[in-house]
Order: sequence, then structure tokens, then C-alpha cells
Amino acid sequence: MAGTKQNGTGKLAANGQNGYKVIGTRPVRPDGVDKVTGRAVYAADVQMTGLLHGFVLRSPHAHANIRSIDTSKAEALPGVRAVVTAADLPVAEDKIEDLGEGAINLKYLSDNILAHEKALYHGHAVAAVAAVNPHVAQEAAELIEVDYEVLPPVMTVDDALADDAPILLDTLRTDSMGEIGTEQTNLASFFRHQRGDLDAGFAGAHLVVDRTYRTETVHQGYIEPHAATALYSADGQITIWTSTQGSFAVRGQVCEILQIPVSRLKVVPTEIGGGFGGKINVYVEPVAVLLSQKAGHEPVKVIMSRADVLAATGPTSGSNVRVKIGVDANGKISAALAELYYEAGAYPGSPVGAAANVSLAPYAIDNLQVDGYDIVVNRPRSAAYRAPGGTNVAFAVESVVDELAEKLGMDPAEFRILNGAKENDRRPDGLQYARIGQIETVEAIRDSEHYQSSLEGKYRGRGIASGYWNNWGGQSSATAVLNPDGTVNLNEASTDIGGTRASIAMQLAEAMDIEYEMVKARVVDTDTVSYNDVTGGSRTTFATGLAAYNLGQQLIKEMKSRLADQWDVGAGDVSYEDGTFSAGGESLPFVEAAGLVQREEPLMASSTVHPQDFGPGFSTQCVDIEVDPETGKITILRYTIAQDVGKAIHPSYVEGQMQGGVAQGIGWAINEEYIYDDEGHLLNASLLDYRMPTALDLPMIETIMVEVPHPAHPYGVRGVGEVNIVPPAGAIANAVYNATGVRMDKLPISPANLLEAMWAQEVETAELVPGDD
Amino acid sequence: MAKVWIPPLMRSLTDGQQIVEAEGESVRELVAALEERFPGVAERIIDEGRIRPGWTVAVDGAVQNRGLRAAVGPDSEVHFVPAMTGGNSNRT
Repeated sequence: MAGTKQNGTGKLAANGQNGYKVIGTRPVRPDGVDKVTGRAVYAADVQMTGLLHGFVLRSPHAHANIRSIDTSKAEALPGVRAVVTAADLPVAEDKIEDLGEGAINLKYLSDNILAHEKALYHGHAVAAVAAVNPHVAQEAAELIEVDYEVLPPVMTVDDALADDAPILLDTLRTDSMGEIGTEQTNLASFFRHQRGDLDAGFAGAHLVVDRTYRTETVHQGYIEPHAATALYSADGQITIWTSTQGSFAVRGQVCEILQIPVSRLKVVPTEIGGGFGGKINVYVEPVAVLLSQKAGHEPVKVIMSRADVLAATGPTSGSNVRVKIGVDANGKISAALAELYYEAGAYPGSPVGAAANVSLAPYAIDNLQVDGYDIVVNRPRSAAYRAPGGTNVAFAVESVVDELAEKLGMDPAEFRILNGAKENDRRPDGLQYARIGQIETVEAIRDSEHYQSSLEGKYRGRGIASGYWNNWGGQSSATAVLNPDGTVNLNEASTDIGGTRASIAMQLAEAMDIEYEMVKARVVDTDTVSYNDVTGGSRTTFATGLAAYNLGQQLIKEMKSRLADQWDVGAGDVSYEDGTFSAGGESLPFVEAAGLVQREEPLMASSTVHPQDFGPGFSTQCVDIEVDPETGKITILRYTIAQDVGKAIHPSYVEGQMQGGVAQGIGWAINEEYIYDDEGHLLNASLLDYRMPTALDLPMIETIMVEVPHPAHPYGVRGVGEVNIVPPAGAIANAVYNATGVRMDKLPISPANLLEAMWAQEVETAELVPGDD
Repeated sequence: MAKVWIPPLMRSLTDGQQIVEAEGESVRELVAALEERFPGVAERIIDEGRIRPGWTVAVDGAVQNRGLRAAVGPDSEVHFVPAMTGGNSNRT
């Protein structure tokens, strides 16, 4: 079941329903045929003459000094063409640069590609081999002798902040907004948002709930493992074919790591089999380049195994989160405190900053404090994720909110509406909201048939939760070439993960008042268009779509100008309506005009944008579950998501994003976690043991698109890709409480964790009832 | 005059004040004005001539791509907040 609710007004065109002809329709995706027939080229499919195969040797230890690496036996193996270690990397500066994913310390970036003096997690790359086939490469890698001094691992926030904690990074000092600590530490940074009078807010509260929660490391779980092919030509030009969310981010990182000018590197993005934030950082790309150079300028392909992907790429942070919220007797929040301790992995950079903004964002709160701690541990360097950091903290906040509503005897939806943030309220970091749709998403759930229906049965429960995501603008560029037959070639460099070729082409078509099928969108390489930020932060349909809108405006304006010249009228006299140009008794359909205006000079347009007014997204969700009291297994009976989508350009893709985010959030809530032994070895680096939901585990997820147009976009677009993953863990935890009476304080709510909590509650209840055995 | 929200970890430099009024037509001028009244503020906000890595400035609710060069109006509200890009926080 799907629905749409429209709220407010955007800057709409003047004809048709809502004024749109293309936007809001559901055309076939341009990449569909190639993907269903297997012709689409993914990174692992890249083939070329003389292709060598790479293999990466990884640390078997979570924390170890590297005393020496002896590659001589590997180099001597027949079929081996190159062996590289960190010694082949240029010396990286201990300085911070912005490379498209945010500010990055270049030394940490380089160290993560191939470990220098220290291995910092189980699976950390230490050397790589290129050989005539993958088997020889692997055999050679196993001949590399690494002398490790094994150190005690630091696996959690608590381990890392202990007084006697082993130190991961010798030069790390705590940065407290520019005040740099003097002691060695695992605490990379600390920040605080604070406003109002917290003490007075809590002192005057009628009811206060104060809880602490734990969430585990989880992976993005994209289907396609990382893969890259590099060719370092004899003339010094380098080409990388790779699966990435941002070809320019790859170019920037590789050029910094290898210290080469950007003019020597072209990055060709292949089709991508999912990313969810995990395909922004580079892993094998610089290694493939080094191997290609060292192997005599032969191309080298490196494909990561699933185990390598889980062990050594992008998970998102585990965390400890404390939330304390006070309310007055009417249920109005009087004060709120959140303390966020996030595990960054081996190098600083957890998503704790984003998490702080997500934390209390759905609520209007005058007295507030949010503290964020970024902490290094011996796990893979954390990467971006879908709404990174948001699910962790929303699980905590939404659990506390649910408990408050229950203790007040309030409906949880009404509690959220009473306290809901709206225009001119402030988010946790103090910035004021423009027009937002949080309350509308709660109302949509409250009024839904799902929420209004009854839920019968023992061990069945219902929960709701809200969530926020900041979204992003970022930089985009695109070009459009008008063909003489009236079709338009749209060249853009935003990786198409969720159907953005279509959603961007639709905005161009709408702007030009032509059929969607007349726009041929393609994702091009870094030499073909100007800079584009990554497909991430839910920015692509918003920002690259804005560039496409500009292209359409430019082309139509220039066509009018040229027709005015042809018709000998003023440029301002030419009108364009319903696909036809008119002036002074002359009229010409668009297709014919496309040929006429290019008889003397071709026509193309380019656009670059860097919008600052990106609208945030909100979502509220409702879930019914059933708990098996014997096994602790949770079955999702029914799930409804309401999300403020601004304006749905391609509703099917928007619904797909909503359903995908919920599915991913359900996995995080009830199954997914990295499991380590006491020595820091990852024990579940396969999709058999790292349990993600499948289609068989989930019901059809019902969607309600709440359309509150974003005022700063010509079509009202807001990012829709991420906020949907923020509420599921909180909603499910609240449903578990409703079903069992158990408040879960950790994720995942796996069968083992839930049974343990249920048994603990049974023991506690028995102890409270004397004589009841 | 513009209202500058002082980050909590810098309020020791502003005698605990959460919001300070300052004059300036750009963020750079605002920071200079703040520095005159509250020595040490500029060093905490600026690094190598730019907003400190991992942080950004927002004027009237919008994060500013132009950083210190961003324009500030007489009634503007200015915040210095952790930067977020590309679906993640900054990693410094």
C-alpha cells in the first residue's frame, strides 16, 4: 500500500496536476534492460588485454606493531609481476584536507590503504601482489613474511577510555573545538551543543527518564564487493575503473595518497551494486595503481572478497548513548541531555557529529545539551553509512520518548505531535528550521489505517518512532547536448545508485517541457564534466537535479533567442508553451525547432551548482511485531513508513528508498552486528554469519509519502535516501516493549539478546513477588 | 548587529555568554570583532586562514560555502557548528 499526502505549496509550474507533466510519473529506468540482461558492466566485469590480478595480504591481528615485512619469496614466485607494501607509498603529511567526503587526515588515509608501522584492526591491509592470475597472486601473498609485535586490542568505547588503555595512535590528542589536549589518548575529539538552562529544565520536570544504550558495529551490506582496475600507462597517465559513489572523491583521495596531480588521473565509474556510504573511501584503488606501475604498466584488477569487505571496509560505528529527558505534567519536554560515545574505528572520524544533530531534532526543546565523543578503537575505519550515526542515537532517544509517553499515559503519536519541531524551532546545534514536515509525518502515521487498526495476540506489540536527517547540497556539474532530432544528451557524474539517472533526467525534461524519453542521461568519467561531490547525503536528486533544471532553462532560453533571430522578432517575443515555440504568427514544435536552431551552430549547455539551502528530512514509522517467547525471534508483521519527501520526482524510486531504508534498519535492529573474540578477531565475516534480512524476512513495507515541498528547490525536492533508516530500531524496540514488557537497552535485539533480557525480567519479577516460584 | 551563537566549548572565552552581538559585514569581520572583545576566539575558529577543519559556519540557518568570506547582515544569526558532508561527519 502506498499513499501521498501533500502539504504546503512549492514553486510549481502552471499546468496539469500540481503543474507537472513529467515529475510525479513513473517511467522505466534507463539502466533497466542492461541490468536484467546481465550486460551492465560492474567493476569486477572490467576486462582488457594483459590484465593482471591483485591480492591483498591483511593483518591477522587487531593491534600490532609491524617490525618488518619480507616480500622476497613472493617476488620470486613464477607469475608474480609486482609486490607492494606501505614502503611504496609516498610519505603522507600529518595534515587535514577536504577530499569530498569531508576533512581527512592524509596520514591516516594513507595508513589505512597499507599499514605502515602499525596494524590497527583485523584485516588491515599490509601488502599486495599482482600476478598473472588470482590464484598465483594469493599464493604469493601467503609467502610474504610479516614480523608482528602483537599488542592488546582496544575494542570498545569503555576499553578505549580506560585509564590504562593501550594507545592506538601515538600522535593523537583530543581536539575540543580547537583546544588541543596534551596527553596521548584514544579520544580524538569532543564537542558540545548546549542552549537554555539544563539544570532548571530538569529541576522543574514532572517526570525524568534517564537511560543508557549500547549499539554494535554494523556494515552497509552492499551486494557488490569493492573492485577496481588500474592502468598506469608508460606516459604517466593513469585510469581507474571502479565501483564508487563518487568518481571525483576517488580521484581526490588517490591523488593525495600517491601525490600525483589530478590531471594525470581519470576515474571511470562503473555500474554500482550498492554503496550506502561505504563506497566513498578508497581501499583497493591506490593499491591497483601502485601494482600497475610496478608491474611494468600492465593493468591490474583487485577484487575484494566478501570476508575482506566485512573485515576491512566501512562499517558504521558501535556506540554508547545516554539520553535523559524531562517533561512537565502536560507532557511538554522541559529539558534533554544526550551523551554520545561513538567508535570511529582505527582512525578518527565517527559520525558522532551527524548523530548529535539527529539526536533530538524531531523535538522543540528550549533547554538542551548534546555531547559528542569520537573515539578510536581496533576496528575498521568507520565510513559513511545511510544517515550515519542516526539509527544509534534515535534508538536511544525514541526509546526514552516512548517510556515518557507511557508513564504519562499519553498516546506516543500525540506526545510527538505535542513536542514536534516545526518551522523556526531549533535543531540540536542551534540552527533554525525553515519549513519542515516532522509533525506531518507523525500525523500521517497517527491517521493511518495501520495505526488505527487493532493488534491482537499475546507477544504481539506495536511501536512507533520518529527520525531526522540533515541531508546535504554539495557541488554538482552537468552538461546537456541538444541533438537535431530533439533528444538531449545529459552528462552528469553523480553515481546512479537509486535511480538518479531517471530522477535527474525527469527534472531536465520537466524544465524543457519535453517527454522524459527524449533525455538520454549517462554517468560520465572525471575528464568529461567538472567536479561532482559524491552520491551521498541524500543530495543527488536535489543538487544534480538543480543543475539539470538549470540546463533546461538555458537550452530553452537559447532556443528562443535563435528562433527570434530566425523569425526576425525580439527574443522576448518568443513564447514556449506545451512544447511549441511561437512568435509573430510563427510556431514550431520543439523537435523541429531543435533542428532549425542548430543549422548554423550546435547547442549545448553546462551548469555548476553548490546549493546551501538543502532541506532536512523527517520520518515517522509504525511497526507491528510478534516475539517467539521460546526462541526470542522477532517477526515483523506489518510496517508503515511516513516520510517528508519534499516532492517525489519519481514516486517508485522514492518508495523504494523508503522501503530500502526500513529494511536496512530492521536488519540493524534485530540481527546485524560485528562479533569479535577477546583478541579482536572478527568472527562473522560472511553473509551467512553476518545476518541481513532477506525478502523472506519482511512483509511489504507500506509507504506514505508526505509532500512538504522544499522552498529552496524549483520542484520542492528534499533528499529522500537516508532518514528512513533512522527510526526503525527505535520503533521495533518500542514494539518489543509493547509485546513483552521488556525495554531493550542494546542493539541488535537478536534472539539471544532478547531472550536474555526476557529471562532477566522474569527473574526480577519473581524476586519482587515473595513466595512466587 | 549580528547575533553570534558561541559554541559551548568556547564560552569560557566569552564569560559564559551563549549569544554575543558583534559587528561585521562578513564572517571574517565578525570573528575579528569578537577577537577584540574576547581574545583567543579567533584562534579557536580559524586555522591556516580558514574555518577550522571539521567545522563550518552557518548564517541565518544556512551553512555557508564561502566560509569566512560569507556575507553577514545586520540582523543575521551566526553559528559555528561541526561540518557534515557526504553522509558523514568530518574525520579529523
